[in-house]
Amino acid sequence: AASEKKLLEVKLGELPSWILMRDFTPSGIAGAFQRGYYRYYNKYVNVKKGSIAGLSMVLAAYVFLNYCRSYKELKHERLRKYH
Amino acid sequence: MNENLFTSFITPVILGLPLVTLIVLFPSLLFPTSNRLVSNRFVTLQQWMLQLVSKQMMSIHNSKGQTWTLMLMSLILFIGSTNLLGLLPHSFTPTTQLSMNLGMAIPLWAGAVITGFRNKTKTSLAHFLPQGTPTPLIPMLVIIETISLFIQPMALAVRLTANITAGHLLIHLIGGATLALMSISTTTALITFTILILLTILEFAVAMIQAYVFTLLVSLYLHDNT
Repeated sequence: AASEKKLLEVKLGELPSWILMRDFTPSGIAGAFQRGYYRYYNKYVNVKKGSIAGLSMVLAAYVFLNYCRSYKELKHERLRKYH
Repeated sequence: MNENLFTSFITPVILGLPLVTLIVLFPSLLFPTSNRLVSNRFVTLQQWMLQLVSKQMMSIHNSKGQTWTLMLMSLILFIGSTNLLGLLPHSFTPTTQLSMNLGMAIPLWAGAVITGFRNKTKTSLAHFLPQGTPTPLIPMLVIIETISLFIQPMALAVRLTANITAGHLLIHLIGGATLALMSISTTTALITFTILILLTILEFAVAMIQAYVFTLLVSLYLHDNT
């Protein structure tokens, strides 16, 4: 069965059924965000000798997401002859 | 160019959904809590900074005023972090929106004033008349003091909005000028670039100072009224 397997162990043909098996209830989604947050926090911040990388990766991702958000307006400011 | 200048201040909406809520909540991710006595470097740094700021700011208050410590500390952290995050490229700064700053200023100021009126009515009313004014001037002075009292929340909100918005606009303008000048005259572009560097340093300072000023003034209004 494709249930309860990690994503990297799921075969390509089983992917749709694996996705449908995931918990999409609000508490499920909240749990996913919480797990993701603690995975990052415990790997990069909550360590004995944490460095600036833990914080700067988050800020870099924030900048990137904001860039994606404002791409629509930004593409008009490229140096092109015809926009 | 006119329309491009102000597009960075439009409230972000994605597919009709308010993305701005996520952006306002994002700074909270950067302040993790820890129940341990000795935590990781990040949390220790933040705890040290918070202790420094709270001691400096709340030492002037009596015990009744010190009940506001949590409120004022979260206020300065929120405004400071939001302003600093707004200096990152392409980001949206919620404190540039007058609506949000009014929403922060008016309840805090009203809370301080109403606390003063309820608990120390005579002292609060006495604030309307400075000591040692000559008798004929009293009616006019009371009017002036009332106006200055009611202008306090407006000034708080508008001060924060105007400072941050003006700084962002200047950075946009001077950055655009540097880019445009590069093809015309490199020396002028270098001068403009130096101005841009200085301006960015100023903006970092302004970001933090504005947070401090906002919180300090609220604490001052509180001190008058407790």
